[in-house]
Amino acid sequence: TPHSCKTVPGPGMGDFSYVGIDAILEQMRRKAMKQGFELNIMVVGQSGLGKSTLMNTLFKSKVSRKSVQATSQEKIPKTIHIKSVSHDIEEKGVRMKLTVIDTPGFGDQINNENCWQPIMKFINAQYEQYLQEEININRKKRIPDSRVHCCIYFIPPTGHCLRPLDVEFMRRLSKVVNIVPVIAKADTLTLEERDFFKQKIREELRANGIDVYPQKEFDEDAEDRMINDKIREMIPFAVVGSDQEYQVNGRRLLGRKTKWGTIEVENIAHCEFAYLRDLLIRTHMENIKDITSSIHYEVYRVRRLNENNTAVAHANGLPQHHMTSHEM
Amino acid sequence: MAATEIARQAGEGARAVPLAGHVGFDSMPDQLVNKSVNHGFCFNILCVGETGLGKSTLMDTLFNTKFEGEPTQHNQPGVQLKSNTYELQESNVRLKLTVVNTVGFGDQINKEDSYKSIVEFIDTQFEAYLQEELKIKRTLHSYHDTRIHACLYFIAPTGHSLKSLDLVTMKKLDSKVNIIPIIAKSDAISKSELTKFKIKITSELVSNGVQIYQFPTDDETVAEINSTMNGHLPFAVVGSTEEVKIGNKMVKARQYPWGTVQVENENHCDFVKLREMLIRVNMEDLREQTHTRHYELYRRCKLEEMGFKDTDPDCKPFSLQETYEAKRNEFMGDLQKKEEEMRQMFVQRVKEKEAELKEAEKELHEKFDRLKKLHQDEKKKLEDKKKSLDDELNGFKQKKTAAELLQSQAQQAGGSTTLKRDKERKNIRLQ
Repeated sequence: TPHSCKTVPGPGMGDFSYVGIDAILEQMRRKAMKQGFELNIMVVGQSGLGKSTLMNTLFKSKVSRKSVQATSQEKIPKTIHIKSVSHDIEEKGVRMKLTVIDTPGFGDQINNENCWQPIMKFINAQYEQYLQEEININRKKRIPDSRVHCCIYFIPPTGHCLRPLDVEFMRRLSKVVNIVPVIAKADTLTLEERDFFKQKIREELRANGIDVYPQKEFDEDAEDRMINDKIREMIPFAVVGSDQEYQVNGRRLLGRKTKWGTIEVENIAHCEFAYLRDLLIRTHMENIKDITSSIHYEVYRVRRLNENNTAVAHANGLPQHHMTSHEM
Repeated sequence: MAATEIARQAGEGARAVPLAGHVGFDSMPDQLVNKSVNHGFCFNILCVGETGLGKSTLMDTLFNTKFEGEPTQHNQPGVQLKSNTYELQESNVRLKLTVVNTVGFGDQINKEDSYKSIVEFIDTQFEAYLQEELKIKRTLHSYHDTRIHACLYFIAPTGHSLKSLDLVTMKKLDSKVNIIPIIAKSDAISKSELTKFKIKITSELVSNGVQIYQFPTDDETVAEINSTMNGHLPFAVVGSTEEVKIGNKMVKARQYPWGTVQVENENHCDFVKLREMLIRVNMEDLREQTHTRHYELYRRCKLEEMGFKDTDPDCKPFSLQETYEAKRNEFMGDLQKKEEEMRQMFVQRVKEKEAELKEAEKELHEKFDRLKKLHQDEKKKLEDKKKSLDDELNGFKQKKTAAELLQSQAQQAGGSTTLKRDKERKNIRLQ
């Protein structure tokens, strides 16, 4: 039976008419602190674009190991590897399990056809793992979440336009994961070059129907849209990463020291790292996870369940269920 | 910014690393809370108790508002469950509160099946959620959760012990819902009786293996207060929406000639404790326990009942959906068949009855016809008789007229004839 919903005059404020319903916020906060959070970020881009450095800068610790060390004998891999490393970090009592998924070898071959495939496969495998646990009869209290919440795509700072590889990758992956494109090593672009490049990129994304995060169709209300529109006018963020501190005007700051000056990473006059950090961590982290679980994962689940219905239906000779087809 | 400490425990396969500065993910709880505030909250309370124990009044008192317009009608047989949903708001928190009341609980002469409609109701809410969760295209995000988060069980203030109805009902409910037992209208019991009553109730619950909800003690922030409160169960409550002036304040109270019971005075009753535990401290935990324990148990049992197993990885996930659908269709098919059979039987019975009635009708008609004929025959007979009587009468009249005529003629012809006759007669006599 449908419930009838009535609005009653509220309990009102004042000492003796205070019910205490709003105490639930504190209760939720307590629960969140106790449980901790999980965040899984994937970084995709050619080697040498500063992916590891950016991760380390974002999280102010060595959460990502550079694929090619100065002293090691490692070479750039001949195929794409997916390397997943987890760290437990804590800040003011808030515990987080951060997993950085690196993709060494992406875009480094001579022939880069289908280089998105292993990445796509990995992302889908995480959805699959979650689905498997979710449909168990005996399930865990908290299903471990290894789904990729956000994929940071590194665009080389050519200054002209997106390469076919960039377009192809983002076009395919934006359908299954939140893509946050960034202009890597942006300290090689002047401000004018940067603005021109950004505009070109935005045009090309639009022309190819690529929806990067924050996607317009998932704006929840007018307030959301307003905030996200501002972000959409600024992406892709032009970033510079660094794990070295330098003395600038009496303060120790993260930066890159060159002969012509020191680039301060967290100075928004120099680069847009701070905007990226604020978006990913300080304001939209929960939203990124939400979109992953309530949209991308659900899309995967629908496809998977329909797929199997056909298979089982064929096997049992039962009438097929209505299917929607999704392209890989 | 100072470096922060290393995390206390490492997760599975994760190393703990120190942070060299402020990153900013300490805002995550706030982000989460903001999302929840935008979305709104949902809380569902079930009140189980006999008629007249003040269930509605207590809800009004707890939430500081008048919920129902009119008192419930208690004229249905069996135990009914009445559910109402309200939108409440306090500062920026919007709460969708559903209050479910049992109507007629304990009113029956035979109370054996009283608990059944309650269990059925709770299961129905679980089933609805399970259905949504198993859908292919689902909208869990905007689903209105109707699962019962807390069951307040109202114990009558007899002062002696629990009734068997109470024990039986609570035993049936304890694996399905968080039960918080309360002593209703506790101003009927004196303080010393109350202590004994509480002890008796607690020991009866324990000896009968009834699992009531325990306020959680694993979070150090609230462990102490929760564990103290656990010792005060069942809460002895008094509800009232009327206000009385005590000193210079208006307080919720019940006024008697011998004194005033103040609802929010902890020396008078445990109302404040109930409000504290139910709303201000453990509302979220009640919701979580419902979802992770009671619902999971229901789900597990239901799926196992339908023949699903975790041990066969190949057919697991999808068969879950597909076979669940197939099984459901089968079940519906059976149901339909049974329905059809019942309908057929009903139609058959109706036909038979109809035939019987027709037969009876026919008989009646025949009888009527017979009687009518009888009546007609009688009537005819009477008429015939009347006719013959009339004829006789006419005949007699004619004869009489003829005789009179003769007589008058004879008289006119001279009385001699008469005399002659008289003489003849005399002569005859004389002879």
